[in-house]
Amino acid sequence: MSTISAVAAHDDHHGPEKGLLRWVKTTNHKDIGTLYLWFAFSMLLLGGAFAMGIRAELLHPGLQLMDPQFFNQLTTMHGLIMVFGAIMPAFVGLANWLIPMMVGAPDMALPRLNNWSFWVLPFAGAILLSTFFMEGGAPAFGWTFYAPLSTTFAPDSTDFFIFAIHLLGFSSIMGAINIIATVLNMKAPEMRLMDMPLFVWTWLITSFLLIGAMPVLAGAVTMMLTDRNFGTAFFDATGGGDPVMFQHIFWFFGHPEVYIMILPAFGVISHILPTFARKPLFGYASMVYATASIAFLSYIVWAHHMFLTGMPVAGELYFMYATMLIAVPTGVKVFNWVATIWKGSMTFETPMLWALSFVILFTIGGFSGLMLGIVPADIQYHDTYFVVAHFHYVLVTGALWGIIAAVFYWLPKWTGKMYNETLGKVHFWWAMISVNVVFFPQHFLGLAGMPRRIPDYSLQFADFNYISSIGGFAFGLSFVLFAYIVVDCIRNGKPADSRPWYSAKGLEWTLSSPAPYHSFNTPPTRAEILEESQHS
Amino acid sequence: MKQFLTLTGAIAALMSSRAAIAEYGLNMTKGVSTISGDIYSLHMMVFWVCFVIGVVVFGAMFYSIIAHRKSKGVKAAHFHDSTTVEFIWTGIPILILIAMAIPASKVLIDIEVLDKADMTVKVTGHQWKWQYDYPEEGIGFMSNLAQSSRDAINLDDKPENYLLEVDKRLVLPVDTKVRFLITANDVIHAWWVPAFAVKQDANPGFINDAWVEVTEEGTYRGQCAELCGKDHGFMPIVVDVVSKEAFAAWVAEQQAEKAAAAASATKTWSEDELVANGEAIYNANCSGCHQKDGSGILGAFPAMTGSTIANGPASDHLDIVINGKGGMPAFKMLGDADLASVITYERRAFGNNGTVVQPSDVTSAR
Repeated sequence: MSTISAVAAHDDHHGPEKGLLRWVKTTNHKDIGTLYLWFAFSMLLLGGAFAMGIRAELLHPGLQLMDPQFFNQLTTMHGLIMVFGAIMPAFVGLANWLIPMMVGAPDMALPRLNNWSFWVLPFAGAILLSTFFMEGGAPAFGWTFYAPLSTTFAPDSTDFFIFAIHLLGFSSIMGAINIIATVLNMKAPEMRLMDMPLFVWTWLITSFLLIGAMPVLAGAVTMMLTDRNFGTAFFDATGGGDPVMFQHIFWFFGHPEVYIMILPAFGVISHILPTFARKPLFGYASMVYATASIAFLSYIVWAHHMFLTGMPVAGELYFMYATMLIAVPTGVKVFNWVATIWKGSMTFETPMLWALSFVILFTIGGFSGLMLGIVPADIQYHDTYFVVAHFHYVLVTGALWGIIAAVFYWLPKWTGKMYNETLGKVHFWWAMISVNVVFFPQHFLGLAGMPRRIPDYSLQFADFNYISSIGGFAFGLSFVLFAYIVVDCIRNGKPADSRPWYSAKGLEWTLSSPAPYHSFNTPPTRAEILEESQHS
Repeated sequence: MKQFLTLTGAIAALMSSRAAIAEYGLNMTKGVSTISGDIYSLHMMVFWVCFVIGVVVFGAMFYSIIAHRKSKGVKAAHFHDSTTVEFIWTGIPILILIAMAIPASKVLIDIEVLDKADMTVKVTGHQWKWQYDYPEEGIGFMSNLAQSSRDAINLDDKPENYLLEVDKRLVLPVDTKVRFLITANDVIHAWWVPAFAVKQDANPGFINDAWVEVTEEGTYRGQCAELCGKDHGFMPIVVDVVSKEAFAAWVAEQQAEKAAAAASATKTWSEDELVANGEAIYNANCSGCHQKDGSGILGAFPAMTGSTIANGPASDHLDIVINGKGGMPAFKMLGDADLASVITYERRAFGNNGTVVQPSDVTSAR
């Protein structure tokens, strides 16, 4: 008895601080998760605004709104902000909120590091965005910043971009260390690795990708920095360097990076489908192995982004075969999801709609990815809108879809309130239809020969660009409704049960809604863990 | 309501573009070279494989979504594991992938292995134009975006080949194995003509090769495919493929023009001649950065008006144009008379008051 009251007293003592300083000084995983998610959402709106600028310029042939240099600044910043400001922080925010609750821990293992890794982000973002106001403008060399366009031929603001990338990498690495430490050291003593829910598994694997890939990115930008300012010639042929080496280093980071952005989404979907199909996840173990295989393969396929750089045939053959191989574990995941809903008893609440459309639209992105991996065909696809369509299908209707699905699924747990289901469905259909109007015609544009990253185009591309832009504006507007639904839920939502989806499994649902400030003060027992496991 | 509006809007937009679909097609071109057809077939084969897999997987999903729903009173089954099934759906994709990899490898090896070419063209990417040299024939020239396209950027009425027309086209003979040596002078570009199925990065300081054998005479258009800075979207490629006889005649004509240009470089030009010739060269080569009116872009590209170089000693001006500096590319590929013209234009126009530069000054400055 005495231990229980001591624990309760302990809890009171450590409630959230009053006032705004709570958010600056907090070491609480839920507060930090909330900060990450709001930061990511504001960056999503900003990166989306850049995309609206791009689509507005591309609405008609000719240059109506901006000069080509500013267009290039917008495409560059759209990519950087979406990747480093929106998608990655959103997943770290989800990890912060969910992982301690899912593994039966009170908080993250390294709470002060956690605070720091968040608070680096707004400063990195501000430095990156401030380049717009500098002489010569923001970086205009694409988010892939190929040398020597990003070294000898770049504006002075590039050095600020390099510093911002260093800070963002710093934040990601600290976040990854924290997640690994939390999962391996803080999970309930009775929880075995193969008991862990898939969101935890996918994030654990993603963390290793982050730790492996981000330092490589830091190396690439450091070499850029010394090439630009200290007379080295890593990427300059006149000094004995090689611009193609930049691409090897960049994509050695860049390919794991794309799996960093999608693996946690795979985890999210693997939670939502079983809940609304009222059936356990099919093939739990094979899901874990498939995720690990994808992560391993992601390190050895980087040069499929570089088939046209002048690679020897043997290199092209190897990277083609390795790339095609990724289709196998990815296919296993898709088949497992289909088998999960097969003979279930499905209902179609908002999170389920997002999850089901994720499976279909992400798979379409996977098909175009497989096509891009075929080297001879890639000669025609490379650097066209076909590529733009491909990576928006996997990153928007893949990664972003996973994030939005997660928000609707766990919002009742976070806020203790239920969102408006009708508005949620309206928002889903609006976004789902408009996103396809934006990106599906881009396949046709690419096949018909429209290169990417051009501010103006010849007349045969006019119609599909017009359709794509109209879809883009509609899709952009859908996020205003999304913001309204979330705010409306927080302010006016009806109180939610501790298990608002009564068929949901997972330790997080055993906590009250909203979740208590400290998640588990006493670890769950073996019986509780098995009762809440995904594969029983 | 809102999704309904989006849907009707999308359908209306699709309907209004029906004509364009019929006119321009939705798919990759079959092309006109010996390899482009193979690439097209490979593309279609992979597409149909994906299509069939999509029909099976999405078909199963939609069947399940329709049939296995709670509102129909379906009770959920409880199966959640089957090693046999996992083996099957790991194994079948592997077999499909092998079936795709075999033809893909064959085509790739066909493309990459070239025994002997009949002729060579060196392609050099510049910000933002292409340079073509025929080393065996001893001719070469720059190919810029045509003035008609440049002028139409802000007009509603665009010419037929808007952004796909150049001031001087590459000319190749039909039924001839042409080897391209592709490089760049400043940043990475990529030379792409879809109908040839040739796309190759142009890396500064390195030479890549590609080849084509075109089987049909005609005019083929392409664009730079690698982001190369501000005017990446404004450096098209136009190739005239002509009969072998017409090609030989064209080469002879180019060689005669080259001899005439060499002769004109030795004479002394008047200032008016230099400025008139220089204005055309400036608009084609320099106005992309320094702007047509010489105002430049603050922080990125210096203005011509009042420039210390354009108003200072001619030797400095010659040096920066011939050899380049930082972001400013070298223009040594232009002829002596053209360089003298453009430098004189820069020194006398835009309110500048520099000295006149003669072709002989360029010859000695090289």
